Amino acid sequence: MAVKQISIFLENTKGRLADVTRILSEDNINIRALSLADTADFGVLRIIVNEPERCLKVLKTHNFVAQATEIIAVEIEDRPGGLYKILEIFDKNDINIEYMYAFVEKKADNAIVIFRIDEPEKAYDILEKNAIPVLSSDIISNI
Amino acid sequence: MIWNDHYETMERDRLKQVQSRSLRELVERVYKKVPFYRRKMDEQGVKPSDINQIIDIVKLPFTTKQEMRDVYPFKLLAVDLSDIVEIHTSSGTTGKPVVDAYTLRDIDTWSEVMARTLSMGDVTRQDIVQNAYGYGLFTGGLGVHYGARRIGANVIPISGGNTKRQLMIMQDFRSNVLTCTPSYSLYLAEAALEEGIDFSKLPLRVGFFGAEPWSEGMRKEIEAKLHLKALDIFGLTEIIGPGVAQECMCQDGLHIFEDHFYPEIIDPETERLLPEGEKGELVLTTLTKEGTPVLRYRTRDITYLNYKTCRCGRTSVRMNRILGRTDDMLIIRGVNVFPSQIEEVLLQVEGVEPHYQLLIDRKGQLDSIEIQVEMIEKLFSDEIKMLEKTEKKIENALYSSLGVHSKVKLVEPKSIPRSEGKARRVIDKRQV
Repeated sequence: MAVKQISIFLENTKGRLADVTRILSEDNINIRALSLADTADFGVLRIIVNEPERCLKVLKTHNFVAQATEIIAVEIEDRPGGLYKILEIFDKNDINIEYMYAFVEKKADNAIVIFRIDEPEKAYDILEKNAIPVLSSDIISNI
Repeated sequence: MIWNDHYETMERDRLKQVQSRSLRELVERVYKKVPFYRRKMDEQGVKPSDINQIIDIVKLPFTTKQEMRDVYPFKLLAVDLSDIVEIHTSSGTTGKPVVDAYTLRDIDTWSEVMARTLSMGDVTRQDIVQNAYGYGLFTGGLGVHYGARRIGANVIPISGGNTKRQLMIMQDFRSNVLTCTPSYSLYLAEAALEEGIDFSKLPLRVGFFGAEPWSEGMRKEIEAKLHLKALDIFGLTEIIGPGVAQECMCQDGLHIFEDHFYPEIIDPETERLLPEGEKGELVLTTLTKEGTPVLRYRTRDITYLNYKTCRCGRTSVRMNRILGRTDDMLIIRGVNVFPSQIEEVLLQVEGVEPHYQLLIDRKGQLDSIEIQVEMIEKLFSDEIKMLEKTEKKIENALYSSLGVHSKVKLVEPKSIPRSEGKARRVIDKRQV
């Protein structure tokens, strides 16, 4: 099952990030990974959570504009060259990465990289051909 | 310097006679030739024979901006189209523009009132007028042009924009009269500073600034930076263009050319005539216009009148500089902008009509407009570049619709304050 990321529109003003995290904590939603992209005026908060569907509902009841986006999560070795190995594969196969972010696993010596790719099917194929396992949403939720 | 002593210093009782005669002729003419006015007068139960004195004008129906648009293009014509020699229009950004069609005599009148206008700043045939008002359908450029030509001054028809060239011409041609919007004059001053041009060394002597609201504070700034005397010029396409009223060197109100344009001040709510000195909506009637005459046009500009004889010797009534407007029309860099246009554009761009708010400010010397648009599902993307693209797309659509550049800022849902009834769409922070 594909991994869902929740993207949230935020104004680039003081306290907005705190507001989102408060709302999620009140509803007992756990953020597994996050990335924040911003401009001078606004930002997009992207999070991987334990329960994406419920997270989306909670955000919407609080008037946030948010959406679920399919992303690809890949486990890489947490050592020099670990990230390069996978980026090289993408590069060689003309896979364009819209954005990416990474976090380190607590229980293993691995890191998890989240990729947002325009053509996810193509990326899945390439990863499969190169024997790189893609993480399922269940695994991500339970890290 | 007074261009037309006869009319500009006429005794007020005598002037009233002149106005009464012109009004009688005007009403007869429009009743006969313009079905639009005949219908309105019939509805109001007023006949041309009811109009004898200028004070009878209050019996006549008002004309609104909307009606001026409804008669587009030629339903207001009081002469044959073949008698028209020139046509101008308003910017028409809200749909159909207002058409101002001139007969040869109207152009002659326009030249006359513009010659009076420029003479208020002591412009003579010795002067070089750098006319930086736009030439074209806009009345500003050609209005000044005709006035300068009537006087015999040397007019440089440089039109608006191209700041570097403006500064070059100004230095090389030794222009001593400048005509442009007040904000553009300050923009010129800024640009000159960057180029190392010292305005105190230039022969500029007087400027005629208008087509957008400005203030005493701004006048002081312009006068200090450009080393000239800054005079307020007033006019509108619906009436004739520039040349309706002009400030003299006393800078104490704008003289209305009353033998051609009759002013009234009304309460915009009750439509009742207000006494001298009370603030209200300016209403203008074109007493002598042939092509597209206008009865009691509601300008929606707020001002008040002063009938005392001016120190300059002119007896004509003076209006205060415009204090505000009765409706929500915004004048941004000389362009009329209505919030409803922005709604239309938003609707076109994404097929949705999000909540929005306009923030008008004056950054540096130029008006700026920021449009805050509330984010909605349909516009949202997890990719920043897509969101920036959306902003750009709205900005481009707004520019092609409004004719002014604006900045679009996406904001969070429900972040724009809601109010009961009419939303507060506009926040004008300009200190004019």
